[in-house]
This record gives sequence, C-alpha cells and structure tokens, in this order.
Amino acid sequence: MSYTLGQKQLDRIEDILNQDLVENGVRCVFLIDMAGNIIANLDNGEKQHDIYSLAALAAGNFGAVSAMAKIIGENEFSLLFHKGKKENIHFNKITTEFLLITIFGNDISLGFLRLKVADSVEQLKTILEPLLSL
Amino acid sequence: MAFVNLKNKEIQVKIVYYGPGRGGKTTNLEYVYKKFRKRINTEMVTVKTHGDRTLFFDFLPFDIGVINGYDVKIQLYTVPGQVKYNATRRLVLRGVDGIVFVADAMAVRREKNILSLRNLQENLANYKKSIFKIPCVMQYNKLDLLEQGIPLLTTDMLEKDLNSQLKRPSFSASALKGTNVVATLKKIISMTVASIKRDLK
Repeated sequence: MSYTLGQKQLDRIEDILNQDLVENGVRCVFLIDMAGNIIANLDNGEKQHDIYSLAALAAGNFGAVSAMAKIIGENEFSLLFHKGKKENIHFNKITTEFLLITIFGNDISLGFLRLKVADSVEQLKTILEPLLSL
Repeated sequence: MAFVNLKNKEIQVKIVYYGPGRGGKTTNLEYVYKKFRKRINTEMVTVKTHGDRTLFFDFLPFDIGVINGYDVKIQLYTVPGQVKYNATRRLVLRGVDGIVFVADAMAVRREKNILSLRNLQENLANYKKSIFKIPCVMQYNKLDLLEQGIPLLTTDMLEKDLNSQLKRPSFSASALKGTNVVATLKKIISMTVASIKRDLK
C-alpha cells in the first residue's frame, strides 16, 4: 500500500503540531509511519537531529515494544517514554499505522506534555484515519 | 508502503536486503555507503550484537535525486539473518516496497538460502504481501571466494533453487569487493520506483 498526503492535509498536520507542541516548548516533534517514513517534522530551531535515522530506529523500537506487549498478553503499549539527563523522548501511537514522537527538555513536565500530545493525537486522527481505508 | 509528500514533492521508498545469516547483507550496505559517501549526508545506522552480527537492522538513507518532479529518498534496510531473530525480521519488513534477496553462494549454505527465501515468503504474507508481486532482485553473493578454492554453487543451481518460480532479475556478486553491488541496487530501485508509479496511477 502506498499513500499520499496533499498540501492541505500536511499544512493542517503542521499547524496542529506547531500550536499544541512546538509553541508550548517542545524542542522537536515528528510524525512518522510504522515503516519509518517521515510525514512531518518541526523543531524550535535550536537543534538539528538526523531525523531519518531517528525515524527508522523509532519505528523499529516501537515495533519491538509492541511485540513484547503481545508476549505478556497486553494488546499494545500505546505510549513510550525515555528519560535522559537533558533530553527526553516520548512516543505516542496514532491508529495502528502512525507514531508521534516528541523530544523535549526538563523545562516541560511529563504530565503537561502528555496532555498536549493527547490533544494533538485526537486532532491528527481525523486526518490520518481516512488513509487507513485506502 | 511508500509515502508520497505532495507538499515537499518527496517520495520515501523502503528497500530491504533479506537473506540467510552471514550472507553479506550488511556488507552490501557498507559498500554502498563507502562508494557514495559524498552523496549520503548521514551516518549509516547499525544495531549490532557482540561479534559483529546484525541484531536489529542496518539503515542507510540515500537520495537519488528528482524523478518526474519528485525528490526520491531511498531508505535501505537489512534484516538480521539469524534464524532466531524472526520477530525483528518481520518488523523490518513492515511497509517494504522492494526486496534484494542476498543468497550465499557457498555450497554449504544451499539449504539456508532456500529456508530463508521461504521465511521471507511467510513474513510477507503476514503483511498480506506476495513474494510473487513485490519488486525483488536476487543477488548471488561471495563470488570472490572462488579464487580461494572454496566450493560455490553454480549460478544455474542457485537459479533452480531460488528463482525458478520467481523469475526475478539476478546478479552474481561480491559484496566484499563491490562486484555488482551497485548494479543490484540500481535494478531494485528502478523496479521499485516503477511499481510505485503504477500504484499511484
């Protein structure tokens, strides 16, 4: 299955990510599919990461965690969080096919971030869900 | 599952190198990385265990320029070849657009090749994909070992074992020396891009 997103949909996705996350202090946010393709990526201009490698590893990592969930009898772990000294990374699944990844510093609390991510996820679902029926 | 971005005019394509363990999948990618170092502006990512075996996958993003107005980004992956890592192999295959099957031409690996190809077929079926439909190129690797007097399977035997039904383009290659590594890559890219074009029409 190949899929396409048009200018309007991508603009809308970027608006959501910008308003909910980047403007609230997240350093870097990107939306990928489970194959590791990057759909959108935004940052606050401070740091440039190698996002293609990050996306490939994130999709693999999330896949591995989902497989672990099945082994212990859990349907899925829909979110994941890794804590570092300065940088933290948060993964949230959207439908079965997409993953929202945010990188943020210690100036944002995890609770606040999860709230904002949950908001974005709800909005992104309305754009991404129709793609699944293609 | 190629992704087409109409805003940036970009297509992302996933090509996976599959095959039995120690067959030369990672070596293929390493050669491509070395050869096209100037055009690849990121590091090759590789997740290895002790002893240099691929644990999860290797990953190499690769820009091939503009086709029909679209910037085509090729993402090359390898899978871990060892039998016990089937779960990770299946994960890497998710959303695959094209496959290079790297067979080991050493005579002692004959059965391993056949088992690995069967395993590929099963894992693709898991994603409702058919090995008979997905773009695929066969590579018979380790040609260079002939000089050292190590018994190799003949191309005819490999074709009969692996490609008699599939009938895919095939190359005798040496990933270590770079023989036909680029030819294999070019072939799979052109087949995969053509197939995505057909899909999108």
